[in-house]
Amino acid sequence: MSDKGTTTEFRTIQGAKIEVIRRGKGSPLLLLLGEESALELESPFVAALAEKHSLIIPQAPGFGRSERPDWISSPDDLAYFMLDFLDAEGLRNIPVVGLSLGGWIAMEMAVKDRGLFSRIALVGPIGIKVGGPYDRDLQDIWTLHPEKVAALKWHDISKGKRDYPSLPEEEVAIHARNIESFARFCWEPYMHNPKLKGRLHRVTAPTLVLWGENDGVASTSYGKAYAEALPKGSFGVIAEAGHYPQIEQPAAVLAKVEPFLA
Amino acid sequence: MQSWFFTEMPYPHLPPLNELSTMRVTLQAKHFDPRIGADLYNRYLDEYMVADDAGLNMMVNEHHQTATCLDVAAPLSLAILARQTSKGRICILGNPIANRGDPLRIAEEMSMIDCISRGRVDVGFVRGVPYEIFAANTNPTTTVERLWEGVDLVQKAWTSHDEPFNFEGKFTHRRTVNLWPRPYQQPHPPIWMTGSSDLPAIRRAASRGFVFATFLQPYAKVRTLFDAYRGAYRLNGQPGGGGTAFMPLVYVADTESEAEAGIKELIWYMNAPSEPQYRNPPGYAGVDANTQALLGKFAGRTDAMRAQTLEFQKEQGVIMYGTPDQVIAQIKRFHDLVGGFDHLLMMMQAGFLDHKRTCQNIRMFAKEVYPAIRDLPRTQPIDDKLAAE
Repeated sequence: MSDKGTTTEFRTIQGAKIEVIRRGKGSPLLLLLGEESALELESPFVAALAEKHSLIIPQAPGFGRSERPDWISSPDDLAYFMLDFLDAEGLRNIPVVGLSLGGWIAMEMAVKDRGLFSRIALVGPIGIKVGGPYDRDLQDIWTLHPEKVAALKWHDISKGKRDYPSLPEEEVAIHARNIESFARFCWEPYMHNPKLKGRLHRVTAPTLVLWGENDGVASTSYGKAYAEALPKGSFGVIAEAGHYPQIEQPAAVLAKVEPFLA
Repeated sequence: MQSWFFTEMPYPHLPPLNELSTMRVTLQAKHFDPRIGADLYNRYLDEYMVADDAGLNMMVNEHHQTATCLDVAAPLSLAILARQTSKGRICILGNPIANRGDPLRIAEEMSMIDCISRGRVDVGFVRGVPYEIFAANTNPTTTVERLWEGVDLVQKAWTSHDEPFNFEGKFTHRRTVNLWPRPYQQPHPPIWMTGSSDLPAIRRAASRGFVFATFLQPYAKVRTLFDAYRGAYRLNGQPGGGGTAFMPLVYVADTESEAEAGIKELIWYMNAPSEPQYRNPPGYAGVDANTQALLGKFAGRTDAMRAQTLEFQKEQGVIMYGTPDQVIAQIKRFHDLVGGFDHLLMMMQAGFLDHKRTCQNIRMFAKEVYPAIRDLPRTQPIDDKLAAE
């Protein structure tokens, strides 16, 4: 399938068929999408990244049209799967952009292989626990009312709205499965791996952590703590954005990501 | 046909329901007065004893973090009934084995209660309704697997008597399983399971000889579920012999108007408000069902039923009420419409329905309705050879 320089193919990695999207021209850049992968793929952010890079976008097992082998039940497992994928692609020492859950997967990969990534740009990464047992680092998006959750996730809630009945059923089924997979991988421990923070010292590549100023899911202090836990971490804030600045403020995110990757 | 008395042990002394966004999961515990709670617990247990005296069987269940159900540990109420009643069978429907996460503790408790009751226990296992996910924080995408792994382990533990065994499954790990006590009923008590739509799970329960129960569903849906059960039903030597069970709200009175007043009080249960996220945690329902929900083609069945009139709900069989003759006719009609069933589980108390009227309901049903339905034909086992073909 080809559309404006975009190709979608299926690759079989250790017996599991996954969807791989390739887009753009330039130096290779691994893009790890998050739980809003469907919106991210349509976003100007991804289109603009493709103007300077050859994007390699593997849909994680359980997301998009990628199969999920039964043994994969956590972002840690997803990371091992993605390591196999990069081996199969023959890719090493490349830059990566990770978005929310994709940022978590990038961190899980980076701690397992120090030489894997040359530079790491993360937007709203989740995956670590910063506070104590009674502290809620990340708001409980599965227990709160959907309207409250939308207000927490988005600076402008219209950016996260989708008119499902107008979409083809096959596409809606992918959304439904993405929602299920996000819960499968992140339900408990809630949105984090208790081991990950203690392993972040192994991430020696320069790492940029960007955070939406109005992120109600996790505050900028969570993002700052994430950056501070990384040996070469730096931190930036994106104004007028919630948890998905790459969708709400693509230009502002690119203005920070592109110079960092250059 | 066996008949079973049931109350969910509600706590109705709340602010007006239209002022609450939810009665479940996050309703503040400040609304619970322990002195009122003490009275209610004792009263509800008394009502089970009245049911036992009247000749009915008894069923208990559990829910968490909700004013709809004060029974938060059904094995405890089951144990009390094991000692305080003496005639009827007592069914726990059921043990939320996935949410509780300790199948062998459940196996022990059920064996102990079976011994105390001298073999009067029916043991149900349930996946748990969506609301229950939140109190237990069980991953909603794995509860079906957890349920079946747990049930298999309980059965194995109940029936292994000669040496300890090892179990390293997906959710439970034990290296020395050696259950004491053994159940009183041999090889073990009858097993029940519940369901509302998952046909493969119903067939699986049927093929294992479990009783299958469903609650508060319209007759056409119940027919579909029971047909699935009958299609895979085999008498494979399981205790109790399997069968099907249905639960409506039931109120019997001398006059139609009294019965209507009574059923209106029971309807309180169906009007319990809750927030939408509690009704459909991600991955609880399958991708197909959630796709249809996103497309706007499917709304929750409880919501749909709640919006209907009393007359409609009665026609559907979700509620049964009236004089004894009218209720007999409703049960027989439902029995015909769903292709027969074996256990009538009756929510005979809910909301503010008081002790006196609850007892009248129980006694009148037992005396004037039960004898007329007791001999309705049972679900017939399919020939094992035929089912295997």
